[in-house]
Amino acid sequence: MNLKNISRTTRQNLVTYAIVIVAFAVIQVMSAAGMLSNSLTGQLIPICSYIIMAVSLNLTVGVLGELSLGHAGFMSVGAFSSAFFSVAVGDALPTWLTMILALLIGTAVAGVFGILIGIPVLRLQGDYLAIVTLAFGEIIKNLLNAFYIGIDGSGLHISMKDANALNMDESGRVIIKGAQGITGVNRMSTFTIGFVLVLITLVIVLNLIHSRTGRAIMSIRDNRIAAESVGINVTKYKMIAFTISAALAGMAGALYAHSLATVVAKKFDYNTSILILVFVVVGGMGNIRGSVIAAAILTVLPELLRSFSDYRMLVYAIVLILMMLFKQSPQIRSFCASVWERLRFGRLQAFFDRKKAQNTKKGA
Amino acid sequence: MALLEVNHLGIVFGGLHAVDKFSLKIEKGQLYGLIGPNGAGKTTIFNMLTGVYKPNEGEIILDGMNITGMHPEKISKAGIARTFQNIRLFNDMTVLDNVKVGLHNQVRYSTLSGILRLPSYHEKENIMRGKAMSLLKIFGLEDEAYQKASNLPYGKQRKLEIARALATNPKLLLLDEPAAGMNPNETAELAETIHFVRNQFGVAILLIEHDMSFVMELCEKIVVVDYGSIIAQGDAQTVRNDPRVIAAYLGGE
Ligand SMILES: Nc1ncnc2c1ncn2[C@@H]1O[C@H](COP(=O)(O)OP(=O)(O)OP(=O)(O)O)[C@@H](O)[C@H]1O
Ligand SMILES: [Mg+2]
Repeated sequence: MNLKNISRTTRQNLVTYAIVIVAFAVIQVMSAAGMLSNSLTGQLIPICSYIIMAVSLNLTVGVLGELSLGHAGFMSVGAFSSAFFSVAVGDALPTWLTMILALLIGTAVAGVFGILIGIPVLRLQGDYLAIVTLAFGEIIKNLLNAFYIGIDGSGLHISMKDANALNMDESGRVIIKGAQGITGVNRMSTFTIGFVLVLITLVIVLNLIHSRTGRAIMSIRDNRIAAESVGINVTKYKMIAFTISAALAGMAGALYAHSLATVVAKKFDYNTSILILVFVVVGGMGNIRGSVIAAAILTVLPELLRSFSDYRMLVYAIVLILMMLFKQSPQIRSFCASVWERLRFGRLQAFFDRKKAQNTKKGA
Repeated sequence: MALLEVNHLGIVFGGLHAVDKFSLKIEKGQLYGLIGPNGAGKTTIFNMLTGVYKPNEGEIILDGMNITGMHPEKISKAGIARTFQNIRLFNDMTVLDNVKVGLHNQVRYSTLSGILRLPSYHEKENIMRGKAMSLLKIFGLEDEAYQKASNLPYGKQRKLEIARALATNPKLLLLDEPAAGMNPNETAELAETIHFVRNQFGVAILLIEHDMSFVMELCEKIVVVDYGSIIAQGDAQTVRNDPRVIAAYLGGE
């Protein structure tokens, strides 16, 4: 009893890892065989970023139970700080080292922003986090649109007017160019890096959930007063969850930024935050595997549906609804489970017998 | 020195003296009853003892430490645990995990060793599981360990709340109507369990209960409140025969 049930959560996690690994292998094979369209190949790194975004947002929304409407803001901070670093470094360091450092910087800077926002807001009760993260996302976007930052022999130069106002010597380079963002980013991100980062994210989040810290976080979500009554430091555990969530979003931003030649702030706006939230809601609050699948399917779908351009949004909406139904309705779930079983073992007879038994039970 | 010493505790809600000049002494390992008609202020007293409400007057001393007005989390660490009149479980977590949350400050390892699954994670999780399972066994919940807490029937939810409170290794356990909603059989069984828990863990227990025979049989001492003030205090015999108690109950119900 004991062992069987412990391995049940472990088994659930292993299935999640397996899905990701198999998907990666299949895509690698298909890509080697030239079976992927160009546009789909171009989506592979964004898919990885969005999976990391959805899983990390699920940590705040589903596991901690706090609403965040500015997750793209942390992605933006991670993207800009990491791209700033890699452009400033240029080719002074080996590419792999630049990439690792850029990822670490994006993660750390977004984590620091998470702490800065969390400290004042997470001690409050109520939906303040939603309002403040919403504002944060918009403010970050507008600030980054306005900033000019350059670097020369004497160090950093910052202006909010234009590039000339930076007053740099002739060795100076403008790195952040206001609304034009950061150009000339080295496109170091690869699908394999994205895949590894998805796995790292999953290990962090799944292990966290099934640990003492994760239980403390979920207890706050389920009943704050009871959590306090058994000696849980509510603010501390909210901070831990929110900071990890923000830091992982920063990592996703760094990954994403280095798949583009140009990083602009308007890519990480309110719509992106809401899109990620849709992934989380569709995949299921607190359901990490659901977030992975929803993010992957809903990112690829608009691309796949390009040929039906007229009906694209209609089909997208229908898929959304079907996924929600699938998640919520136990009947649909058990139906799909039995169809699956039938396909797997050919137990047609058993299937119909069970249906009949169910029907007679319903009749009684 | 008494384990808990409460002196002249009082709280006012918008002009209403919900509790007034409430004083109490509980010894180590004592079984104490707190009774009174509906709205007398019993739950409010629990809320002040556990830091949910800050008292306007008076002081609370636990084992020589003044805990008046401290935060609930700190009071839990100081050694008071409680259950709630309207059950507050971690509904989406398993029965076992509910108790493990109760063990949070008893068995510790860092967030990092949890994420990296360092040896201390495995070692401490094993200890936690052992402790939690033995607590669940006391309350006959070991077969439901992996169910969601919200799927338990009402009576078992009440028991789980007690198990979770005990997991914090308290010196004083506050039970707010632990037998509410239980049938006579379950109530008798619960009385036995409470006795057992007191003897096993040496914990003092203060309990609120409307079931008079339950309180009279179980508790060594009883305090009766009405309209926020103490109207009688003593052993079951004294309290039962007190004219003010009889009047309060006849008038109140
Ligand atoms: N937060 C609050 N704000 C205002 N009034 C309150 C608050 N909490 C309790 N009261 C009032 O204080 C009085 C005592 O309430 P309390 O819940 O302590 O009663 P009780 O003795 O536990 O009753 P019961 O047996 O029904 O549980 C009631 O009049 C109640 O309305
Ligand atoms: Mg009450």
